[in-house]
Amino acid sequence: MSTGSPILPPGAAGEPLPRTAELATLWRLLRSPVGALGLALVAFWVAVALFAPLIAPFEPNANDYLALADPTPSGVHWLGTDNLGRDIVSRLAWGARTVLVIVPIAVAAAYAIGCLMGLLAGYIGGWADTLLMRLSDVILSFPVIILYMIVLAHFGPSAINVILAVAFTAAPSVARIVRGLTLDLSNRPYVAAARLRGESPWYVMFVEILPNARGPLIVDGCLRMGYTTIAIGVLGFLGLGLPPDDPNWGGMVKDTYALMSVYPHMSLIPCGAITSLVIGFNLLADGLREVAGDE
Amino acid sequence: MFVFLSRRLLFLVATLLVVSFLVYLLNEAAPGDVARKILGPYATLEQIALLTEELGLNRSVFIRYGEWLGGLFTGDLGYSTLFKAPVGEIIWDRLANTALLAVIAFALIVPLSIVLGVAAGMRESAALDRSISLASIITTSIPEFASGVFLASIFAIWLGWLPGTSTLVRDGGWSITSQLVLPVAVMVLYDLGYVVRMVRASMADVMREPYIRTAVLKGLSWPEVVFRHALRNALIAPFTVILLQINYLVTGVVVVEMIFAYPGFGRMMLEAALAQDIALIEAGVVVAVFIAVSTQILGDLAYMILNPRVRLR
Repeated sequence: MSTGSPILPPGAAGEPLPRTAELATLWRLLRSPVGALGLALVAFWVAVALFAPLIAPFEPNANDYLALADPTPSGVHWLGTDNLGRDIVSRLAWGARTVLVIVPIAVAAAYAIGCLMGLLAGYIGGWADTLLMRLSDVILSFPVIILYMIVLAHFGPSAINVILAVAFTAAPSVARIVRGLTLDLSNRPYVAAARLRGESPWYVMFVEILPNARGPLIVDGCLRMGYTTIAIGVLGFLGLGLPPDDPNWGGMVKDTYALMSVYPHMSLIPCGAITSLVIGFNLLADGLREVAGDE
Repeated sequence: MFVFLSRRLLFLVATLLVVSFLVYLLNEAAPGDVARKILGPYATLEQIALLTEELGLNRSVFIRYGEWLGGLFTGDLGYSTLFKAPVGEIIWDRLANTALLAVIAFALIVPLSIVLGVAAGMRESAALDRSISLASIITTSIPEFASGVFLASIFAIWLGWLPGTSTLVRDGGWSITSQLVLPVAVMVLYDLGYVVRMVRASMADVMREPYIRTAVLKGLSWPEVVFRHALRNALIAPFTVILLQINYLVTGVVVVEMIFAYPGFGRMMLEAALAQDIALIEAGVVVAVFIAVSTQILGDLAYMILNPRVRLR
């Protein structure tokens, strides 16, 4: 998804929260139906990913040739088998692990680069701002999906390449958000106090500004997890980026959508899985924004 | 105005040069690969050396990039090694097919997003706002391949109302129009929610302005407040966002084209990237970046015209 940055809650930045206030935030999140549903969906898939070896009744790549005659759900294969006789429950569980390992790492990497860029651009300003924002403009003007196709077709399938490609394309939009927050927070009295004490610019950026920008960044991070899940699914569906043997939800659809008219369950089930996870991330973000807006 | 335009056009040209050169470097860093891709895994080393020589791939990247750039200005886009035809014969047809989908989808997204966004934003947190916002979160959460599978299994397989593939060939008695319905539906479903939320946010902001309160308190009817006072200001900010959707609709629809076997630009780029068809990739990249940057310039210009308070550098 190439479309720009999400909407930030007004005035959610900058108020330092004590520990108990964070617990109160969690409590309010659980009481909003939207936020609670989002949290439940995400928690469900995280649990599936964590316990994949216990949940999966079969090896994810094991072929049950007897099931090929009738791959629909049965007592042995609860959700049926795919075009190669592989158990769908097992592939779904291991696929949850694939996506929930790659997506957080890619988002964290994008944040590491984006926060650094945004803090430098917003706090130092001047030439650093111009240079970094122009660089972001160039990267953001490039259609993401075409970039993925060219880069990943060239470097071949590997999880590392996918993470790098996603981090590289997401970092500039994180940088823009962090830059905006930095410009706002730089005028706060506690930043001026830190400067007067003679703290270094690095200290001011990473200890005074960044922690106080976390409210909007957590909401954005949640939305970005959703986008990145879609991106990873799309790359799997296009057969780019992820090694074909690792079960991944997009790849499961790619392998089976040609058989949709005969055995729709093979592609409908992984489609439902990825959709529910993305909905989970996005509802969670919406719940968090609502809670932050109440304060 | 003139300074602004010339700066942005300069940025457009610079981006095109930088990006096309980087793609060239990336694709041709290992010249042997191109000949190997064309001839397949069973070609001998001599055959590969011969083809590399013939295609001029053993010369420096800079010389070849210069030649390609020269060709671009004379209208020669090069030769596609994948389709075994000049790039110019392939790319425009594919682009026209994708543009057909994009135009229909855009024509649906603009009015729908304005109606839904304004309806949601005019009374923040009302039941209507909550349901529209929730629906737009959910529709944007469905990856295109998933909504393609969902819609195709309902309308093509279960009900049998529409074709499951859209090859633009009149096979199996499905008209071209009926073949466009599902791809357009997937694009609209995926993109609409995002635009609706942008329009809604802008509308909600405007409705909080003091002049709206004044209008309400002096006793104007609700439609007058919404249509005559709020709407104009509320549509300035989303205008740019709406224009930027053209970008996604033309260059981002590879998944839709794959699901429905639609002969479009995105699928062509995927095939070209997998086959390392450098001439086709380069031409596609130039087209894509051109569309992306020019819609941005158009958006900025329109914003400036619509909102006289903004001065652009």
